[in-house]
Amino acid sequence: MAIKDYIRERFLPHIWCPGCGHGIVLNGLLHAVDSLGMKKNDMVMVSGIGCSSRISGYVDFHTLHTLHGRALAFATGIKLCRPELNVIVPMGDGDALAIGGNHFIHAARRNINITALVMNNRIYGMTGGQYSPLTGPGRLATTAPLGTVDQMFDVPALAAAAGATFVARTTTFHVKELAKIIAKAITHKGFSVVEILSQCPTYYGRKNKEGDAVAMMLRYKEATTPVGSKAKQENPQLLERGVFVDRQAPEYCEEYDKTIQRAQARA
Amino acid sequence: MSSNVRFVQGNEACVEGALYAGLDFFAGYPITPSTEIAELLAGKLPKRGGKFIQMEDEIASLCAIIAASQAGKKGMTATSGPGFSLMQEALGYAVMAEIPCVITSVMRGGPSTGVPTHVSQSDVNQARWGTHGDHSIICLTASNHQDVFAMTVEAFNMSETYRTPVILLFDEIVGHMREKLRLPEPGEVPLVERLRTSVKEGVNYHPYLPREDGRLPMSDFGGVHRYNVTGLFHDMWGFPTDNPKIVRELTRHLTDKIETNAEAICRYKSFFLEDAKHVFISYGSAARTVRQVVEERRLMGEKYGMLELQTLWPFPYAAVREACAQADSIVVVEMNLGQVVDQVKLAVDNKDRVFLINRFDSVFIKPENIIDLMRLIQGKGV
Repeated sequence: MAIKDYIRERFLPHIWCPGCGHGIVLNGLLHAVDSLGMKKNDMVMVSGIGCSSRISGYVDFHTLHTLHGRALAFATGIKLCRPELNVIVPMGDGDALAIGGNHFIHAARRNINITALVMNNRIYGMTGGQYSPLTGPGRLATTAPLGTVDQMFDVPALAAAAGATFVARTTTFHVKELAKIIAKAITHKGFSVVEILSQCPTYYGRKNKEGDAVAMMLRYKEATTPVGSKAKQENPQLLERGVFVDRQAPEYCEEYDKTIQRAQARA
Repeated sequence: MSSNVRFVQGNEACVEGALYAGLDFFAGYPITPSTEIAELLAGKLPKRGGKFIQMEDEIASLCAIIAASQAGKKGMTATSGPGFSLMQEALGYAVMAEIPCVITSVMRGGPSTGVPTHVSQSDVNQARWGTHGDHSIICLTASNHQDVFAMTVEAFNMSETYRTPVILLFDEIVGHMREKLRLPEPGEVPLVERLRTSVKEGVNYHPYLPREDGRLPMSDFGGVHRYNVTGLFHDMWGFPTDNPKIVRELTRHLTDKIETNAEAICRYKSFFLEDAKHVFISYGSAARTVRQVVEERRLMGEKYGMLELQTLWPFPYAAVREACAQADSIVVVEMNLGQVVDQVKLAVDNKDRVFLINRFDSVFIKPENIIDLMRLIQGKGV
């Protein structure tokens, strides 16, 4: 199928600012879905609120654009009721880890077969550039005119500790890797988390003098290195990319089906 | 005794009603005094292939229910005061996206954690006005277990009919008291399934284009129609819009689909109203006390009568107005500072004859509380 066939052209033009990384994430996601030959009727995308969450409008799947932070809770309801559907949940950093932090760790704990994409642009974009849980100390935002004092989450470490069975990180600079990792995350059975560093030149980049979109993406190239690389040993400041966790563990819907079988055998 | 007669708690009657109505999916978070509903369903649902999940909080619970419904299943959650407050955000989403679901709140006293283990009727206004924005809502209640069962089935039926969340408000006495429940035979009580679209695959389906009768045929997720569902104002395709005309029309639609059907939605019971000079209006467990007072005083020649409300929202203004037209006094009995009494005053012409007899100290209202105050209202002195 042509990539274009996965898009709702009626929804375009999209609302993202020029230079925003989220379009690259959409592109990577569509390539991933295409490479897996997935049928559109089998795909459900559930999103929350924010720039990232508008991605659900642009894909020609069953799409549920929900409440800020609550996408994973909605997705859990869909997945439990229709386990045969592929459920993808794109979230922003604030969406996933501030207001949605509780739902995030519990979805990971359950190991429910959902693919969570954390589109990390380190800022609340849609509402005008306030700091998020991933902004990082010393960074500027409209609610941190003097720099934040908030520490940030390490998304892969948090996801892994909470029980996610597939955990990865990539960036909008590494477009081929992005599509491959999302494809792996979709085919993984269990809760998968992919953190995608995605530039926000409008609010984060401008405020923190990180230059334009190209400059921000080049920074992803310079500041990251593959998981377990020698470069990381030499320079601990580098951020690792790639797959951190890929393990098998009992999946929630399958385990619940066993509960149903036990209940019915007893009845 | 017939095998379909049981001795149960009100919470169990609600569970039986939900199962009878075809409940497929329950997501919830434990909170007194509603918890038995979750506990019972955790065991009963898997036996029939349904699913139960204990979510991380009440917000997640209602979100999961809404999504389950969008996937074609009948969903319910159960909670109480503070948990119901947490659900208000998702309740508004279900209203806006027009997704059927049932929310039971077994009321506790508030504000805040309040009194978890005793009786109150303090969620009436929360049920109506808890969400932000303009919309209407359906809220049902009951005073005995047979009615708890019936109203629970009604809640599912109305939810599927009008594509709206329906709230069941029970109070702690009704939830925890044990009494007889006769389970109807399958087929004895009619069940409503949502209207599903007959539009075939490949043909344009407009998920938010109402038919002439105002109903919206639904297409479940996972089916052949892929469309967008959002909490934003949306056009007939489900696409977000801020077009003033669409915003105005959708707001009207969300209100009118319930208000114009108020007569069909409103449930109430009348006791001795034909010649009543003193009309009591009550609901939930308070109505049981009122009924006892009315029956006893009738024997003593007092022209007492009662209208027991089973639909709280949309408020049955017409029924209340009619019942009170000839009344010397109109006495609302409820266990809060007066949440229904305000609506009664809106309904009747003789507002100066409307009185409130209430308790809000977490103690069940007793017949003597009513009798003492009736002496004052009737000018008999104390």
